[in-house]
Amino acid sequence: MKLCITAEGGTLESAVDPRFARAAQFIIYDTETDEWQAVDNTQNLQAPSGAGVQAAQNVATLGVGVVLTGHCGPNAFRTLGAAGVQIIVGVEGTVADAVAGYKAGNLNPTEAPDVQGHWM
Amino acid sequence: MILAIASGKGGTGKTTVAVNLATALARPVRLLDCDVEEPNCHVFLDADAETSEAIGVPIPVVDEEKCTACGACGEMCQYNAIVSLKTKPLVFPELCHGCGGCARVCPEGAITEQDRPVGVVETAHVGQLTFIQGRLNLGEPMAPPLIRGVKRHLRPDEINVMDCPPGTACPMITAVRGADFVLLVTEPTPFGLHDLSLAVETVRLLELPFGVVVNRVGVGDDRVHAYCDREGIPILLEIPDDRRIAEAYSRGELVIDVAGDLRERLVGLFETVSETVRKRFQESLSHDRRDT
Repeated sequence: MKLCITAEGGTLESAVDPRFARAAQFIIYDTETDEWQAVDNTQNLQAPSGAGVQAAQNVATLGVGVVLTGHCGPNAFRTLGAAGVQIIVGVEGTVADAVAGYKAGNLNPTEAPDVQGHWM
Repeated sequence: MILAIASGKGGTGKTTVAVNLATALARPVRLLDCDVEEPNCHVFLDADAETSEAIGVPIPVVDEEKCTACGACGEMCQYNAIVSLKTKPLVFPELCHGCGGCARVCPEGAITEQDRPVGVVETAHVGQLTFIQGRLNLGEPMAPPLIRGVKRHLRPDEINVMDCPPGTACPMITAVRGADFVLLVTEPTPFGLHDLSLAVETVRLLELPFGVVVNRVGVGDDRVHAYCDREGIPILLEIPDDRRIAEAYSRGELVIDVAGDLRERLVGLFETVSETVRKRFQESLSHDRRDT
């Protein structure tokens, strides 16, 4: 399973970025091979509006099955849902913690967006 | 003539200048409140709306039977308002700017447009003023279509005074575009100067003639004056930091009669601006003659 963990930096030691669409980096982690890569999200970070939709599209295109993040707004939630991507919110600590928590089965998908949209 | 009252910074006195200028002229004037997110000219006018017109943004409606999930609509949209992930498209109405591009590129003709209401344009008459204001729906982010709705009430052969939104983003640009002259209202403070310089850059890019009104002269410092001097920008009016003005304003009253000769100076400002606009117009005519 390919995970996308929102991160404040580009390593497994980076803190989980609490924001989905405006996270600094996406760490794409393959739980079968333990290979990972960091995907820069700076462009989206600075988008005036529509960041949730754009980030969700980017993640879906990368073949991600589950997003691990702090919070997720309604537009990103709807887009990820349409693409068949699961969303887990309330994730804290480092990226490595998040991956370990997922593998241990401690993290459950959410059924609804947990924050409001905040477009301009 | 179309005179736009704008500013980089909010709360510098755009509405004060717009309402008091429109009234001081003591002749038929169209006053348009284009600050649709927070219209407040009406606070100073005893106006009851006579007409009200709903304004909408055309958003896409997808006929899922015709849609083949080709994704052309999503690739077209620059605002992520319509998305197709090899699925039937998702539409995000509040992100849609109403350009109609998705409907145009859809090879199946599966997209039609339907108006999503964003606000109303209201009109009223107060003395010699024809007053037009836009009122954006609560929580609605899409101001420009409503500002264009207000601007459809401009009559270039009459005197039009527009109270514009603050800032230098889409709402402000939508409002000032096409004006014959822009008055940038500022205050002599570091914030006032910073946001004035942004507004100056904006109106220069739009190639609009402009001048500055400095409000609350006496607070802050003289850096706004020095900046205008350096940049060759005319300061067309200075309004003093006067408690009588603040008191009248706070009661929702006009300030033209409470502070010395403000009424006369507003009329003088208008004459100066009119003269500038007339000269520019004549110059453009003579340029045209030379070109042909």
